[in-house]
Amino acid sequence: MLALDPSFLAVQALSGLSSASSLFITACGLTIVFGVTRIVNFAHGSLYMIGAYTAATLVPRLLELSFGPVTFWAGILASALIVGIIGVIIEILLLRRIYGAPELFQLLATFGVVLVVQDLVVQVFGPEDILGPRAPGLRAPVEILGRRFPSYELVLIAAGPIVLGLVWLLLRKTRFGVLVRAATQDRDMVASLGVNQAMLFTGTLFLGAFLAGLGGALQIPRVSANTGMDLSIIAEAFVVTVVGGMGSVPGAFLAALIIGQLQAFGILIFPKSTLVVVFLLMAVVLAIRPYGLFGRAEIVGGSHAVGIASHKPLPGRTYILLAVMAALACFPLLADAYLLKVATEILIFALFAFSLQLLIGVGGLVSFGHAAFFGLGAYGSALAVKWLDMSMEAALPLGLTLAALGAALIGAFVVRLSGIYLAMMTLAAAQILYAVAFQWVDVTGGDNGIVGVWPSSWAGGPVPYYLLTAALTLVAVLLLKRIIDAPFGYALRAARDSEARAEAIGLKVRQHRWLAFMISGAAAGLAGGLYAFSRGSVDPSLLGISTSVDALTMLLLGGIQTVAGPLVGAAVLHFLRDLIMPLTPLWRLLLGLSIIAMVLIFPRGLVGTVQYWREERA
Amino acid sequence: MAKFSTIRSLALGAALALGAPAVHAQQPPIKIGELNSYARQAAFTVPYRNGWQLALDEINAKGGVLGRKIEIISREDGATTGDATRVADELVTREGAVLLFGSFLSNVGVAMADFANQKKIVYIAAEPLTDAITMAQGNRYTFRIRPNNTMQVGMLVDQAKASGARRWAIVAPNYEYGQSAAQAFKRLIQERVPGAQIVTEQYPALGKIEAGATVSALEQAKPDGIFNVLFGPDLTQFVREGNTRGLFEGATVLSLLTGEPEWLLPLKDEVPEGWTVTGYPWDEIKEPKHKAFVDAYRAKYNDTPRLGSLLGYMVVYMIRDAIDRAGSTETEAIIKALEDAKFDTVIGPVTMRGIDNQSTMGAWVGKLVLTGAAGGMTDWTYKDGTSFMPTEAEVKAVRKD
Amino acid sequence: MTLLAVTGLHKSFGGVMAARDVDFTVERGEMLAIIGPNGAGKSTVFNMVGGQLRPDRGQVLLDAHDITHASPQKRFRRGVGRTFQVAQTFLSMSAAENVQMALISCHRQSNGLWSPARERHREKAVALLSQVGMAEAADVPCSALAYGDVKRVELAIALAGEPKLLLMDEPTAGMAPRERAELMDLTGSIATSQGIGVLFTEHDMDVVFGHAARVLVLLRGQIIAAGTPDEIRQDPQVRRAYLGDEHALERPKGLSPA
Repeated sequence: MLALDPSFLAVQALSGLSSASSLFITACGLTIVFGVTRIVNFAHGSLYMIGAYTAATLVPRLLELSFGPVTFWAGILASALIVGIIGVIIEILLLRRIYGAPELFQLLATFGVVLVVQDLVVQVFGPEDILGPRAPGLRAPVEILGRRFPSYELVLIAAGPIVLGLVWLLLRKTRFGVLVRAATQDRDMVASLGVNQAMLFTGTLFLGAFLAGLGGALQIPRVSANTGMDLSIIAEAFVVTVVGGMGSVPGAFLAALIIGQLQAFGILIFPKSTLVVVFLLMAVVLAIRPYGLFGRAEIVGGSHAVGIASHKPLPGRTYILLAVMAALACFPLLADAYLLKVATEILIFALFAFSLQLLIGVGGLVSFGHAAFFGLGAYGSALAVKWLDMSMEAALPLGLTLAALGAALIGAFVVRLSGIYLAMMTLAAAQILYAVAFQWVDVTGGDNGIVGVWPSSWAGGPVPYYLLTAALTLVAVLLLKRIIDAPFGYALRAARDSEARAEAIGLKVRQHRWLAFMISGAAAGLAGGLYAFSRGSVDPSLLGISTSVDALTMLLLGGIQTVAGPLVGAAVLHFLRDLIMPLTPLWRLLLGLSIIAMVLIFPRGLVGTVQYWREERA
Repeated sequence: MAKFSTIRSLALGAALALGAPAVHAQQPPIKIGELNSYARQAAFTVPYRNGWQLALDEINAKGGVLGRKIEIISREDGATTGDATRVADELVTREGAVLLFGSFLSNVGVAMADFANQKKIVYIAAEPLTDAITMAQGNRYTFRIRPNNTMQVGMLVDQAKASGARRWAIVAPNYEYGQSAAQAFKRLIQERVPGAQIVTEQYPALGKIEAGATVSALEQAKPDGIFNVLFGPDLTQFVREGNTRGLFEGATVLSLLTGEPEWLLPLKDEVPEGWTVTGYPWDEIKEPKHKAFVDAYRAKYNDTPRLGSLLGYMVVYMIRDAIDRAGSTETEAIIKALEDAKFDTVIGPVTMRGIDNQSTMGAWVGKLVLTGAAGGMTDWTYKDGTSFMPTEAEVKAVRKD
Repeated sequence: MTLLAVTGLHKSFGGVMAARDVDFTVERGEMLAIIGPNGAGKSTVFNMVGGQLRPDRGQVLLDAHDITHASPQKRFRRGVGRTFQVAQTFLSMSAAENVQMALISCHRQSNGLWSPARERHREKAVALLSQVGMAEAADVPCSALAYGDVKRVELAIALAGEPKLLLMDEPTAGMAPRERAELMDLTGSIATSQGIGVLFTEHDMDVVFGHAARVLVLLRGQIIAAGTPDEIRQDPQVRRAYLGDEHALERPKGLSPA
């Protein structure tokens, strides 16, 4: 299989260099923006996508007017400039309002932008993928050791170092650059120097967005602009920035080079697991150097976790609980089959979101990859049905166990980290699992997923399955609630509030957090298993970023500082989705805008606001 | 069933009121559920929707079927198995659809077949081509109209015999459709072309091809024949990269579906001439009935038809015929009316074979040619599906029902 | 037996010697202050005793147990309690729950998954709070307390582990002058009555000379003087070290040493 003739290796290395170049240009913008604003901008991938779409639309029009290389490259630069301006708009409208917000809110808000852009791009550019024109003068290939190699790729190889050089000049030789570097090292210092911070941040966003747009625009002769490119590039750009050290431009360059070559040669050794290889690299680097190759610990400011606080127990809570149980039990008498289905799903998502609350609201551990455990539970159950011919009764606990084991493994890596690095690492873990589910076709069915995951016949009807789900969810939620109120939950909160204090009173913070991951993972796994049997199938999207974001959105909507928040959030979000999604193709736009609105004007969430009013009155 | 429907319609409020017909027909319409990947696979599915809409309008203008109008409730299937079965559930339990049709991706089609079997409702697969839907995963509730992978690959392999190519490379998207087509190809090429061997297989992820790496991996194996199953953006990038690196020079290329306008048009002037493909040379088909369809389509949409348009049009007419013959919308009656039934379609007679619920619809096979700035098909013939279908023994060996 | 014995402690960061051959002891019931100009190495020494930093060389013995390389958690179990320069409490919990948390940890119950935390060790926690004069605020969230009160709660937390040695980093930083004396008087009386050794760093010379039994003076990582407040005040080396700020060492007016 491995044919090691030198010309092949040379061409492969060149391919690696060209993808490294493209990756660096984009990731460089991300890392500069992070350095100055401390925001991990999820929408960076969207800016890249807009760059590609703009160029793929604009450049052909320009070429019709006057065909030639100058027109082509002018079109590329113009597209990047347009994206730069869009970046400025995003900064003014959104980012400058959340610089001081907790990381979780920043991540969610910028992810809201991702959702909005996805729908807007379809509206503006149409649903079809657009392949841009070839660069004039670069259509013919060049011969390298007897093999043809696209000459455009050579231009791309040169583009990376050129951008690195220009950025270096900008950062070293201009006042703007000096300020950017100063802010990257110590934001407060720049603030105290009396610098016009607003201008600095806006300028930085312009630079970052311009680079993202340039990265996207340069792709058009080789990759068609498509609606999936935002998430695929952002995942890779995250890896590059994290591996290089967040905020470090040379780090990003080095990381991009490593990843480009890893992909080019990884495809020879592991032809079907290129995604996994990239994320494994990140996991290994973070395990050895928790702040990346050139990153420094102090770059990440103290994590300002928000979460659950102590409250007086609700009076009459036993009666409330009994009323809820009665309502859940009587629901099938009222509802039709479809409504029962919706209710079943709401219960499942409520459990999923609640399991995340243990990590985020209680532990202050911003897990951005909770889909990993949901998906493990779903796949664990589905694989048990498919390969081991198990019944639902055996498969559900198996899924739960697999999720708990996965959480133990992932948790062991991430409890050493905090803040944004923890978020990135959990995201990476979920992406690795996504890649495994997607690419390990023989076992997981890849894109096909696994079908035929139906409940045992006694639970097959809508009513029994609903009752089963309700019972399991109720038990799991009550157990989790008990854990939150128990010393263990308090210890997690203690570590969240003050790690130094927690250690000084002898709490084994990492050990507690690790256990929290396992408990939370098991609960999410149960939710995933229930979900698999409710749908009859599993597919890799269960492990995808959007599943993680769903859970986070439910948490945010319900209120991150409340125990009941995620349950209410899950119910409201899922009900609205079920209501609105069939009516409009712009569901993601609505969802994205709602997320942004919640972060900006409603950060307490539904339950949090009610609780706040009640306490204000008292 | 409808206990909560008042609350729901209150909640839906204006949105539904706008869509509701002002005057109700005497009898409520027959509701048919449709689902497809309108967001992710718009190149095929949007013309397909135009096609079924055209047929629906024509049928309802003539009074519908069984004295009732037909209403098609269409949904986005999200291009994933989970979303599709969920939407299907909604169509059946909430909307009361009597029958389902649609879906594009083969993996979604397989999940839908499984769903149909579980919920005992008729599902007519529109585009999914994997053999599994009518073979290993087939069931009495699931029907397919388009020629499946084995049939289309069979048509192509026959063309390859003369080329003398022996060293074959396969490139296919890594999901159900691509895997099924590759499997069919491996089986058929070895059966029908003595001495043929597969020298390399490349399975890029659907929609995520690394064209440069894929082409150089194929090049590395020095094939004299290439079997391609890529379509959509993957195909466009693959062709551009392959042209640049000279991959196709001197090689026989067999390519599934590439002659269909939805995949041919985006290639523009980079159409790889000489590829043997299945496709749809719509402007050269002269039969009057087909011509009438093309004219009506162009008049209504001011666009040329794609294969999806034809398919959407045919499916709805066949559903009309089936309900008409069944005399009812009961699942069992519709199944009876579909099995072994003959349909008179715009492309001629088509039979729905009873043992595997696979229709005898064929495909057009020819070579790609560049005329002006766009591609087309030349030397094409219409191959009826009947002679390419899996044998009864083959069907019985794998089907579980 | 000596409570805390520090011998030959060494620490350098890059080329900078932050601590060099530091030796000292703390006895039960004794209050020992470490002073020195900024950058003298107070925090370095302090954090090596507290477990936040590992020394390059040297030894830290607590009750003759070697704790040089023990984690903060292990030191807690051996009887080291501490407060921080910026008070560290659990702001999402009430004052009582803060202390209860420490008691739970002390009893190794922090992995408990079942019976509620707020019901555990409640009485003991309230007793500790009343010891620092905070009993009324037991059910007030820590986030709603004045900073001086938070400092007291922090002291109660540190006492919950029944420490033999109490480490206080700048205990009065950020407090009003009257509160400072009160807090240190309180600390002193608890230390005496329970036989707890107290090691603290401090900027406020009133506090140092008013409350410490002995004082260590650090300069460039080295101990240049050690003795009673009066001895330190007379020491010519110390006076030179504080040359720019001679008045800092004068006997505080209107305040007699305890």
